[in-house]
Amino acid sequence: MPEQEPNQRNKNFKEVALGYEENMAVEEAERCIQCKNQPCVEGCPVHVKIPEFIKLIANKDFEGAYQKIKETNNLPAICGRVCPQESQCESVCTRGKKGEPVAIGRLERFAADWHMKSNEDKIEKPVINGRKVAVIGSGPAGLSCAGDLAKMGYDTTIFEAFHTPGGVLMYGIPEFRLPKEIVQKEIDSLKKLGVKIEMNMVIGKILTIDDLFDMGYEAVFIGTGAGLPKFMNITGENLNGVYSANEFLTRINLMKAYDFPNSPTPVKVGKKVAVVGGGNVAMDAARSAKRMGAEEVYIVYRRSEEEMPARLEEIHHAKEEGIIFKLLTNPVRIIGDESGNVKGIECVNMVLGDVDESGRRKPVEEKGSEHVIDVDTVIIAIGQSPNPLITSTTEGLEKQRWGGIIVNEETLETSRRGVFAGGDAVTGAATVILAMGAGKKAAASIHKFLSEK
Amino acid sequence: MNEILEKKQLNPTVKLMVINAPLMAKKAKPGQFVIVRVDEKGERIPLTIADYDREKGTITIIFQEVGMSTKKLGTLNVDDRLHDFVGPLGKPVEFSKDTKRVLAIGGGVGVAPLYPKVKMLNEMKVSVDSIIGGRSAEYVILEDEMGKVSENLYITTDDGTKGRKGFVTDVLKELIEKGNKYDEVIAIGPLIMMKMVCNITKEYNIPTMVSMNPIMVDGTGMCGGCRVTVGGETKFACVDGPAFDGLKVDFDEAMRRQNMYKDMEKKVLENYEHECKLGGILNG
Repeated sequence: MPEQEPNQRNKNFKEVALGYEENMAVEEAERCIQCKNQPCVEGCPVHVKIPEFIKLIANKDFEGAYQKIKETNNLPAICGRVCPQESQCESVCTRGKKGEPVAIGRLERFAADWHMKSNEDKIEKPVINGRKVAVIGSGPAGLSCAGDLAKMGYDTTIFEAFHTPGGVLMYGIPEFRLPKEIVQKEIDSLKKLGVKIEMNMVIGKILTIDDLFDMGYEAVFIGTGAGLPKFMNITGENLNGVYSANEFLTRINLMKAYDFPNSPTPVKVGKKVAVVGGGNVAMDAARSAKRMGAEEVYIVYRRSEEEMPARLEEIHHAKEEGIIFKLLTNPVRIIGDESGNVKGIECVNMVLGDVDESGRRKPVEEKGSEHVIDVDTVIIAIGQSPNPLITSTTEGLEKQRWGGIIVNEETLETSRRGVFAGGDAVTGAATVILAMGAGKKAAASIHKFLSEK
Repeated sequence: MNEILEKKQLNPTVKLMVINAPLMAKKAKPGQFVIVRVDEKGERIPLTIADYDREKGTITIIFQEVGMSTKKLGTLNVDDRLHDFVGPLGKPVEFSKDTKRVLAIGGGVGVAPLYPKVKMLNEMKVSVDSIIGGRSAEYVILEDEMGKVSENLYITTDDGTKGRKGFVTDVLKELIEKGNKYDEVIAIGPLIMMKMVCNITKEYNIPTMVSMNPIMVDGTGMCGGCRVTVGGETKFACVDGPAFDGLKVDFDEAMRRQNMYKDMEKKVLENYEHECKLGGILNG
């Protein structure tokens, strides 16, 4: 798939991957052998009818392909971009047994983009059945849940804490990986379906779940994600110039700090930046720092590249863009100058030992290997956990010790009757597609629950 | 919703606005704060709730115009609407039932978040002495309101143009030395003032509550920009506070963090003032 040149794109926020041309898409689609057992469908968390939509692309019925995807996936343009296909549908593709698997994700993106370019969405507002359902959070879980509920006729309202809907799709994932215009279009089509979105509503504060029931909502879906940043608890973490990846990305993506001073929210990027962590969020932060003008950007990760949770494509893109990988390296303290600004990060080298409970080889400190990397900014991207704002204000809502909401895995119903939950709020930080899948599943359960009520 | 119902200039840089926010007014409690955005591109500005009226459905905010965003907020008038108004955020303050007598200290615009707490204590029949201060007479705010809910009200100004010349800490020391016993001190104002108060109350071992107002983005625990070290532990002011045990707060770190964007804030302000001047010229 065509991409912007690495040395050009690491200076702008425009999308990296440019997408297939029609002939390229058809050619790729023709590689699908339409095998009988369709392992790719099983590999997809929302069971997109992959061989069927690919066949439609091969036959140049691009709109038909889009509609086929849309049957099971509410947000194809988004999934085509950010799904980890290499560990889902494409990992089990029969073509992949010998050579390259069919580029399912790219074809999905192609069909979605073609549709957006060529067709005005003809959305018919479903007949409203008059029953009110509340969805908390407008990230991937909330959007897909609300979309399905609206289609079934429920009077659906999303409550969003921020001033802009979209959740992690807006504040977290950068423009160069997921253009915000696409997210906006998906949200607009939800609104056309009749979904109402109330911004600036921090549920747990202005309204509790119990208030929502009192207001006539008959069921509630919690899709509040995993927004609480983890820190390392090492010396120097509160120096000026240390960010959580959440803060760094939110300032840039949601608050548009890249457009400073036209947008008044500032961000300090510095010349040399260390990003601690090895997931997609770490890659996003590192690549954003580079685009904001940092000269040297390091990924500091305590295991080796093999254990990195980030998608291969993101690691590959980061390297192409000049991000320097400091692997098997673990920070032990952050060093400040006399005014309290970051001037370096002290790290130790690690070696991989025996396999630990995560199934990966455990990194062990190498004695006497302390060394300092000169940096003026440190971004901590070692994970997020669910926000306790709702669990702490809802009586009888059970949660795991680490904060995740406990649900019945079949129905996604929580310990409170009529309250359902899904996505990162339940699983801890995971992927967009899993959150979407959970949103869909919850919508079906809510429908069943309300039909039987 | 979010319309400005009332606007008052309290002193040359401090304004009061009463906002129509019925839902928020039902839930707001002393110690909580709101986040305001003035326009589409606006920064998220955290402001403490100075008062609320559940029946009228209003929230009162009081703010000092320090940077571009607060200056812009100050240009809005009655009937204008805030682009975004989020809250109530943060933990409400709590007082033990055994609290009998409290000393409340407010510096500058810090009297605004102090007032609802004193009002609450007054309703709880707790006796409150208050010290409020400012640079000079015109910078002392909420004198009447504080007078109504305080047993004794002391006023200090740096230049002696109102009340007694000196700092709030001078009166604090004197009151303690005279043998007044307080179960708790509440101090809200500039970081340096809160630090000085705590230096004194620490000596006398009086529990002291302070309210922090650090830089933050979302106000819901998501960014961690508002980190404050309390008793050696990192806390998020937006969800764990903004009120903390002042005897345990690392004020030096807080002061340093407050200055993180000083140079950039200055740039935005200069840009804005330049535009205003241009606008002024163009509009005649």
